[in-house]
Amino acid sequence: MRFLLVEDNARLASVIVDRLGLDGHAVDHASDLDTARTSIRAADYDLILLDIMLPDGDGRDFLAEHRKAKKRTPVIVLTARSEVSDRVGLLDLGADDYITKPFDFSELEARCRAVLRRQGGTAANQKTFAGAVLDSAAGTIQTDGEPDFLRNRELRLLEVFFGAPGQIFSKTHLMDRLFSFSDDVSENAIEVYVGRIRKKLTGSTVRIETVRGLGYRMIGKE
Amino acid sequence: MSGVVVKTSIRRRLVRQLALVAAILSLAFFLIVRVVAERAAEDTQDNILAASATAIADALYSDGGQIALELPYSAISMLGAISQDRVFYRVAVGGETVTGYGDLPGVARVGNRRDNIFSTFEYRGEDVRAVTLFRSVSAGNLPSDVMVTVAQTQLGLAAISSRITSIATAIAAGFFLAAIALSLFAAQSALAPLDRVTQSVARRGPNDLRPVSSDAPSELVPLVEALNNLIARLRMSLSRSEDFIAEAAHRVRTPLATVRAQAEITHRRLNKPEHRKAIREMIRAIDESSRSAGQLLDHAMVTFRADSLEHAPLDLVELLRETCERLAPTAELKDIAINTDLPDVPFDFIGDSVLLQGALRNILDNAIKYSPEDSEITVQASKNGDYVLSVRDQGRGFADTDIQSLTSRFSRGSNVSDIVGSGLGLTIADEVARSHGGRLEITENTEGPGACVSLVLPQS
Repeated sequence: MRFLLVEDNARLASVIVDRLGLDGHAVDHASDLDTARTSIRAADYDLILLDIMLPDGDGRDFLAEHRKAKKRTPVIVLTARSEVSDRVGLLDLGADDYITKPFDFSELEARCRAVLRRQGGTAANQKTFAGAVLDSAAGTIQTDGEPDFLRNRELRLLEVFFGAPGQIFSKTHLMDRLFSFSDDVSENAIEVYVGRIRKKLTGSTVRIETVRGLGYRMIGKE
Repeated sequence: MSGVVVKTSIRRRLVRQLALVAAILSLAFFLIVRVVAERAAEDTQDNILAASATAIADALYSDGGQIALELPYSAISMLGAISQDRVFYRVAVGGETVTGYGDLPGVARVGNRRDNIFSTFEYRGEDVRAVTLFRSVSAGNLPSDVMVTVAQTQLGLAAISSRITSIATAIAAGFFLAAIALSLFAAQSALAPLDRVTQSVARRGPNDLRPVSSDAPSELVPLVEALNNLIARLRMSLSRSEDFIAEAAHRVRTPLATVRAQAEITHRRLNKPEHRKAIREMIRAIDESSRSAGQLLDHAMVTFRADSLEHAPLDLVELLRETCERLAPTAELKDIAINTDLPDVPFDFIGDSVLLQGALRNILDNAIKYSPEDSEITVQASKNGDYVLSVRDQGRGFADTDIQSLTSRFSRGSNVSDIVGSGLGLTIADEVARSHGGRLEITENTEGPGACVSLVLPQS
């Protein structure tokens, strides 16, 4: 998926770009409205993340222009203003969702996922490995026969593995991807979720392998 | 009218002053009428007495050196014209009574007066009015001084006087009543423009901050202008407050977002568990302060908006559905399912959608925050005379906490010290409920562990 991030705070922007990159999204960064306008003319984006207060104008004006031009690209607004007062205006202007700064990246990911899901599933939402099909939009894994519904964390864990088959992911890395900072969980919690997806993959040719002392990786059975 | 000490009423003062003037005028009118009428009556009696005395004096003649009198009938009958009072007379020559009542006192002649001398005195137990005149009548060769006194009792006069008094009283009272009616009317019509201005201010809704433009008389123009200035200042201060709250939120949250981003980068680079733990705690502290700041500002906004509540028709079911959709991704992060049991018919309500959504968001947010992983939250909307929007979770409930105290500011349950929270969420919901004439109901979940928080709003 290709995202456009319009955000003037460079540090925040670089973290968002990195974090969404981990999920396999390509994120272009525009630090002002002018750059953003050039970018949306040059490329097609699947999602726009839009800050409100930008050095050369108000993000809401950009949003209004965007909707006036009948562009369907979903927009999630990043706002630092009070939720109570801005909520109505933002949704009326055509924002698909909004998130209040500072936010947890898990929540941002969740909101991106929800908005994209509402847009409708495309082939881009499906990843195939060794005969198993993971559908992020539908939230299912299909090995043989009927698709199996996944819980949120199971889906996200599988997305990590499907994003880079064969790569070893440390427990710490998987923790960071699955849990937000407000979750007070031990590293062993990851074992629970690995156990669950192993159960869903039973009977398929896909296997989650424990690499002692290093972490986990996804491989295909010969 | 709260806060206004009613010290005086212009209308009452105006009527009172006009009535006082009317009373003084009525009294003066009464006195003048009585004095003039009584004087006229007295003058009439005096004139007739004088005419009677003159007629008697003119009838005197000399009969062989003796003064004689052929009492003219008309002299007495003309006195009867006024009333039936008794008449006394006396004709005396040099102190000797010629005819009439000898004991009727006369007056001493002073000098050579020929005019009528009037006097009032008591005679035979009654007040009488008397006139005395002196004439020189030739008796033989010598002119002799004759004194003629005619007196009449004053009963008739008293009767006339009392009749005049009662007529004057009636007229004065009538005048007074007419003046009161006129002054009421005058006060009414003088105050009518003031009433019009008052009406045009009082009729407007709480959010109507347009200037007052009803036509005002020149005396009220300064007041209306002052009022319009006040309205303009209020409008500006209201929009400034709202801007300020939004701006304050921005100022607090932007640096927090930067710090949090920085901390997250650092967190990813660190490998030692104790370092990672320290950074995680830091991030949680940032989240806590951001959340508190947000809720404080939300609370300020609620308090502020509750005073100038927006009244617009809305559908509570739709509002609840939107809120659930909005919070679904957050719930999903913890694998919490939000089950909605919402009716297909709209719940029509008049209220402030921004505030109501804020209340619902806080209730649902609370439920998600205190729910365990892999649990369910049930959201229901029902009618039982009131609209009841309830959120039931499978969290830890409220344990031994005093449930009523949860809606007071910064009060939190006794069993939640491990979860980030400001204690303002339910306060905000409670205030929104009350500003809409409803209430917040907090109970233990009856269908298992957890809590049930309901927003109860009246069916208008």
